[in-house]
Amino acid sequence: MDSEDDFMSTVSSEDDILPDDSDNDDLSGAEDFDFDDEPDPDLGTHKDAEYRKRVAYDVSFTVWQPQDMQKQQDDLINEVNMILDISKGDAAILLRHFRWNKERLIEDYMDRPRKVLEAAGLAQSAAGPQKLEVIPGFVCDICCEEGEGLQSFAIKCGHRYCVDCYRHYLSQKIREEGEAAHIKCPSDGCNLIIDARSLDLLVTPDLTERYHQLLNRTFVEDKDTLKWCPAPDCQNAIECGVKKKDLDKVVPTVSCLCSHRFCFGCILNDHQPAPCELVKKWLKKCADDSETANWISANTKECPKCNSTIEKNGGCNHMTCRKCKHEFCWMCMGLWSEHGTSWYNCNRFEEKSGTEARDAQAKSRVSLERYLHYYNRYANHEQSARLDKDIYVKTERKMVQLQKESGMSWIEVQYLASASQALQTCRQTLMWTYAFAFYLARNNLTEIFEDNQKDLEMAVEALSEMFEKPVTELADSKLKVVIMDKTSYCNKRRVILLQDTARNLAEGIEWPGTKVSDH
Amino acid sequence: MSIQFATKRLGKELQKIQNYLPPGIELVSADNFEEWLVDIRVLDENPLYKGQIYRLKFKFSSSYPIEPPEVVFVKLADRPIPMHPHIYSNGIICLDLLGHQGWSPVQNVESVCMSLQSMLTGNTKNERPPGDEEFVRANRLRPNQIDFYYHDNNV
Ligand SMILES: [Zn+2]
Ligand SMILES: [Zn+2]
Ligand SMILES: [Zn+2]
Ligand SMILES: [Zn+2]
Ligand SMILES: [Zn+2]
Ligand SMILES: [Zn+2]
Repeated sequence: MDSEDDFMSTVSSEDDILPDDSDNDDLSGAEDFDFDDEPDPDLGTHKDAEYRKRVAYDVSFTVWQPQDMQKQQDDLINEVNMILDISKGDAAILLRHFRWNKERLIEDYMDRPRKVLEAAGLAQSAAGPQKLEVIPGFVCDICCEEGEGLQSFAIKCGHRYCVDCYRHYLSQKIREEGEAAHIKCPSDGCNLIIDARSLDLLVTPDLTERYHQLLNRTFVEDKDTLKWCPAPDCQNAIECGVKKKDLDKVVPTVSCLCSHRFCFGCILNDHQPAPCELVKKWLKKCADDSETANWISANTKECPKCNSTIEKNGGCNHMTCRKCKHEFCWMCMGLWSEHGTSWYNCNRFEEKSGTEARDAQAKSRVSLERYLHYYNRYANHEQSARLDKDIYVKTERKMVQLQKESGMSWIEVQYLASASQALQTCRQTLMWTYAFAFYLARNNLTEIFEDNQKDLEMAVEALSEMFEKPVTELADSKLKVVIMDKTSYCNKRRVILLQDTARNLAEGIEWPGTKVSDH
Repeated sequence: MSIQFATKRLGKELQKIQNYLPPGIELVSADNFEEWLVDIRVLDENPLYKGQIYRLKFKFSSSYPIEPPEVVFVKLADRPIPMHPHIYSNGIICLDLLGHQGWSPVQNVESVCMSLQSMLTGNTKNERPPGDEEFVRANRLRPNQIDFYYHDNNV
């Protein structure tokens, strides 16, 4: 599995960067596409220096690996240790208390050192540091035990419990509830946080590791600009400066070193070009409507009175709605009572009640059909994107086979990996363009958007077809050029689509989120 | 956590309860250390609850009292579910004291009953929580798995 991941990450690190058009000069033999008629003023003239320029829809972000985070924490601790002349242990406690905001800590500490120390639970009490004590006549309020030699503990508030109960309590908080830096005194209504020194004293060896793990996590969790990569087993965090309030204007897709691409705003998989809010709305709609959509077939209609779905299961046109008992005619949707004696044979197509019902039915049908139009395409790309995982595996196998058969070197077949990576990324984008388009108000921007969408879709399908060719053909150097060509074209179409959309989103033009009509 | 821990504490509570309970609280059954039944009623003239008795079911885990007990009202022919904006019609109670965040291990069966008594006494609204019907229909979670949002702890 490792090797596959490595193989993926090397390719994906490139895909948010403008494809270098100078490469295409070598591929001008390709008959399928003419790059010159693509409207891309920003492309084409970049040479190496500008090659890595970030595109409009990209947000800047940094990937933090565990060792980076450790180092950053150590650096901050050392700095505070030197500037404020306090021990490293205390510096760490203070930094956590200030949610790793070094500047604010230093400022506050310079102003009122006593108050800061007190708030973080570091102030020296008159009795010296907290320790385990045996106090005659003590009764523990948790276990209700009393007894000679019962060891007890209290933090500064003085709420005292036996050591056993205290440890049970901490174990529950640390193991079950994942708390570490902000555990409160067990007493009812006491909000004093148990300080790190007391925790060090009380936390049992079996919990130490988990406890320190949780403490380390606070470094990420206390900061709005840092989030964990949601990929299973990934230990990295991503730093990104995009604020919550900007999420209607920008879709902050970030990409971890583990190759997982996700939205920094909502942690879901990459959903460019659709903004987070729209994605939430769409997913909810899909969940609500999935049953409705499945129900719809040639044999169902809605009852003209209560709109519940009616299934026709025989030749008789006399329908009685199971829900509201409304009786109507299947053919004309009119009242059955108006049919007089012409049973089983509808000839009343012009009847008023029928026309109105047919209109209402048509209306709800149109809106449903519109939704299904977008949903089917969305679902199709979602499914294909899932199949892309298989394509990867197949590609890898094909490449190995290819190398054996043709004696090509590893580097020479990298183009197949790039091709399947491009397919996956582009399908992911396409999928969300359909959700996006569903909410789009119709205007001239819609047309540009749909043209972009259509171009990308055609490019993707053309590249996708290539993978159906037998390995021997794939090894042909002519086909290699075609595949590289189509890959680069796919990536380019995706960049154009995302760039156009991002620009419009950023400018706040009547775009989803601002004018979402609720379907 | 050893089962003994909960058992020991519950044994002590039981001893105390059998000796004395505040007015309006009555132990119905405590046959084991997993589930107890208690009846409560309000002591004042609040017309919403006057003359009614309500049945509470306590369930204890082996981590009690470090973990809160699961507490619900149960419905019987002569034991309705009290009307309250924080009590669902299936008996589930939305009270921060019973969640992990609001619970303190110094609380006990008696103090929970007293809190519920005063929660009823202070209430004037003859209504269920918003979304009661849907919640009661859809919820399959155990009461203590639900992440209630305690909007208003004063009710
Ligand atoms: Zn104790
Ligand atoms: Zn306290
Ligand atoms: Zn990752
Ligand atoms: Zn998002
Ligand atoms: Zn009907
Ligand atoms: Zn008819």
